[in-house]
Amino acid sequence: MSEYVIRGGEVIDASGRRAADVLVRDGSVVEVGTALDAPEVLDAVGAIVTPGFVDLHTHLREPGDEDAETIETGSRAAALGGYTAVVAMPNTRPPLDDPTVVRAVLAIGAEALCEVVSSGCITVGRAGEALAPMGELHRLGVRVFTDDGSCVMSAGLMRRALEYSLCLPGSVVAQHAEDDSMCAGGSMHEGAVSSRLGIPGRPGEAEAIIVARDIRLAALTAAHVHFLHLSTAASVDLVRAAKRDGVRVTCEVAPHHFTLTDEACASFDPAFKVHPPLRSAADVEAVRAGLADGTIDAIATDHAPHTPETKERPFEEAPPGMLGLETAAALTLTELVEPGIITLEQALAALSWNPARIAGVDDRHGRVVAPGAPANLCVLDPSATWTVDPGALASRARNTPYAGRTLRGRIRHTVLRGERVVLDGRATR
Amino acid sequence: MAESRRDAGRATSEHEHATPASGGRSVSGSGDRMVLRTTVFSADDLRRAHTRIAHEIVERNRGAAEVVLVGLHSRGPAIAARLATAISGFEGAQVPVGTLDVTFHRDDVGLRPLHPAGPTAVPVDVTGRVVVLVDDVLFTGRTIRAAMDAITELGRPRAIQLAVLVDRGGRELPIRADFVGRNLPTRLAEDVRVRLVETDDVPEDTIELWGPEGSGEEADA
Amino acid sequence: MKHLLSIADLSRAELDELLDLAASFLSVTQRETPKVPALRGRTVVSLFFEDSTRTRLSFETAAKRLSADVMVFSVATSSVKKGEGLRDTVATIAAMGIDAVVVRHAAAGAPHRIAEWIDASIVNAGDGRHQHPTQALLDTFTITQHRGRDLSGMRVAIVGDVRNSRVARSDVQALSMLGAEVTLVAPPTLLPETLEGWPCTSAVDLDPLLPDLDAVMLLRIQHERDASTRFPSLREYTARYGLTEDRARRLRPDALIMHPGPMNRGVEIAAAVADGPQSVIGEQVTNGVAARMAVLWKLLGAGGDVV
Repeated sequence: MSEYVIRGGEVIDASGRRAADVLVRDGSVVEVGTALDAPEVLDAVGAIVTPGFVDLHTHLREPGDEDAETIETGSRAAALGGYTAVVAMPNTRPPLDDPTVVRAVLAIGAEALCEVVSSGCITVGRAGEALAPMGELHRLGVRVFTDDGSCVMSAGLMRRALEYSLCLPGSVVAQHAEDDSMCAGGSMHEGAVSSRLGIPGRPGEAEAIIVARDIRLAALTAAHVHFLHLSTAASVDLVRAAKRDGVRVTCEVAPHHFTLTDEACASFDPAFKVHPPLRSAADVEAVRAGLADGTIDAIATDHAPHTPETKERPFEEAPPGMLGLETAAALTLTELVEPGIITLEQALAALSWNPARIAGVDDRHGRVVAPGAPANLCVLDPSATWTVDPGALASRARNTPYAGRTLRGRIRHTVLRGERVVLDGRATR
Repeated sequence: MAESRRDAGRATSEHEHATPASGGRSVSGSGDRMVLRTTVFSADDLRRAHTRIAHEIVERNRGAAEVVLVGLHSRGPAIAARLATAISGFEGAQVPVGTLDVTFHRDDVGLRPLHPAGPTAVPVDVTGRVVVLVDDVLFTGRTIRAAMDAITELGRPRAIQLAVLVDRGGRELPIRADFVGRNLPTRLAEDVRVRLVETDDVPEDTIELWGPEGSGEEADA
Repeated sequence: MKHLLSIADLSRAELDELLDLAASFLSVTQRETPKVPALRGRTVVSLFFEDSTRTRLSFETAAKRLSADVMVFSVATSSVKKGEGLRDTVATIAAMGIDAVVVRHAAAGAPHRIAEWIDASIVNAGDGRHQHPTQALLDTFTITQHRGRDLSGMRVAIVGDVRNSRVARSDVQALSMLGAEVTLVAPPTLLPETLEGWPCTSAVDLDPLLPDLDAVMLLRIQHERDASTRFPSLREYTARYGLTEDRARRLRPDALIMHPGPMNRGVEIAAAVADGPQSVIGEQVTNGVAARMAVLWKLLGAGGDVV
């Protein structure tokens, strides 16, 4: 019988806030109240106790690119970032378009420091031509279908995928919205900066065009479409209007898109290279506003580890992607909550219970902290400051664009099905 | 407080970014205030010195026929022009005058900020001629070494001679002047300040010796 | 000044200084012994990942005229082709103790990365579509040799695939720093994606501009397999934008005709125009050595902070 109390914190969840202790026994929350006691204590004085975060968008790189990250190291990074569940993206090698590969990922993930939820490809090989065995994958628990890394370019095929998803309860088709024919060869946002630097660009319109198209397809099919890593003002406006019209659309934004602009690329440092790219200041403002008014449902890291060798190539030749798991919560607090752009409750909703619902894991993650709920929790110290040191991160890779930045907000403890996976800011295994 | 005077930083010549008015580089970096010790040449003295040197050049070379005067920037060209004027006055001969920039031949390249001080332009072929290098102050000799390198790239002179207004001693290379306005043994901390009307925006030529205040010593006159 | 990576990094004073130095070195290159010992004992490595015999030779000549030792790193035979990363390649060179690296690479910002990894001075000989600073120096030097240093009010047109041209990006910055009014001329698909931040104007028609130009700079135009999406054919390009003999006749007689080379005779410039009396293309090549000597001198010889 493993029993402990998370003591002295402020519990915040979808039902509200209250100062309370949380008693955990055998993997579940058994009591929430004041002056609770247990043989072991997790100190939460001055901290917030909240359901663990759920990342809709993590690249764990295993199988195929274990040099950059493994399921184990990625899950450790997740736990240190307060995540109790991550949705593993399917652009592994081989990709997650086959039940055997998904089974393997789930098996390894069962030992991880967070719950590893597998996504599944929309198309075989992510090639955009033929539907992947979505039903078989759904039977294994896959709910999020995406070709992430690639955009499903054919409207016809995207329509079929959305239609077919209707027979798979709880499923959602998630799109990496970037029109390939406009973006091919581009490495950064097309605009004044790319024009000055002579780097081929990826126009913002390439995202808006796919978003507009897929919203109409979702309306046509009455299926649920989710947009990964939304980055432009135009896209936010389209989703806002679509929600008003009752279309089943959700979307996410990555922390780098609400904290950095394309100016960062002027140093030619590939740490700032990502698809979709860092955008203009106006786009950053628009996605922040989208989080504030609820148009954007979730914050998702798009955690994309790459080995130092690959990120040392010249900008145009380096692979796109940045780390995100260990900095997401702190960036949200520092750059959105502290300046009053969103409330703490909105931040936690975007990090935890909203993505939990979209990923279909809200029976065990993101739940209201009450007796009977599985103990998937994190304790977040909102005032602790720390400086991002790439070498000190748990991820195998080092490609964070925030090296040297001082952030406010740090995960003190993370609890996964009752197991204390992070204590006092350190992973326990 | 004496500092090391022999560091690489001051390896070369009188012609880098010392105080613009000085023909010799000041090494009194100790921050002592500099005061005038003595006037080496007044305007009249300089006029006479130019005349004498012009005569010596012509005498030594048995006429002006093979001579070409080459002034080293930044004051050499003005002095060379005066010598040419003087020579044409008493000898009736027009001696060609050229200018020489030695920046790219210096031996302290990369050790201090360097900029070309003017063009290298010698109007005649130096091969077979007597090149008389002309400068205001001769000190370590490194500028002249660089000048000889630069001249030999333009051709093969029959001879190279050197004319200076002041020889202040302190040679670091085996170089000597053939024609000297005045020999003036100096200390390293002292400064030979040359001002000519052509180059220094002054009404009258002077050459003065300045030294750090408080050492209370006169330079040998 | 430790590196020359981009014209955008230069102040007006630094640009002036480099142009002054180029003039000094031009006269050096015109002597019988066109050589000075200024950089004796220094080593310059030429690291060209993109093929370019002309620019490479120009740099090597410049280094040799300064009496520096030159090492040529030839990508075709190098380990880079075997998959060695850029950083390792550069480290190997750096371990041999070198003073300057002249880099040409297909990716923008490659020289900037290299500058972070090794101690030597880096000269950008062309990085992707970003910058080609020494080309801009020799181009502006050529113009100033004819027109003096102050280019205020001078009208210069740069014609060709500007969007993909590092020469254009560098030239626009250098020319406008000296006061020239630059107009980019190209079909819309070859103009910059946005002119925001570019100190110049643009036009899609060349003909109306011809009579007022003080200089016209032609860029090489290529038509690779996939370029049919950018403009239909070379024939159409030449018809609208080529400096034909007919168009050259409509220039003022004192207008300068320039091209960074290599030329596609008959495409962006007619052969007779390239060889004609207003063409200063040959001078550009000569000036290229002097301009590159100026850069190497400025980085390795003229500085005070090297030791």
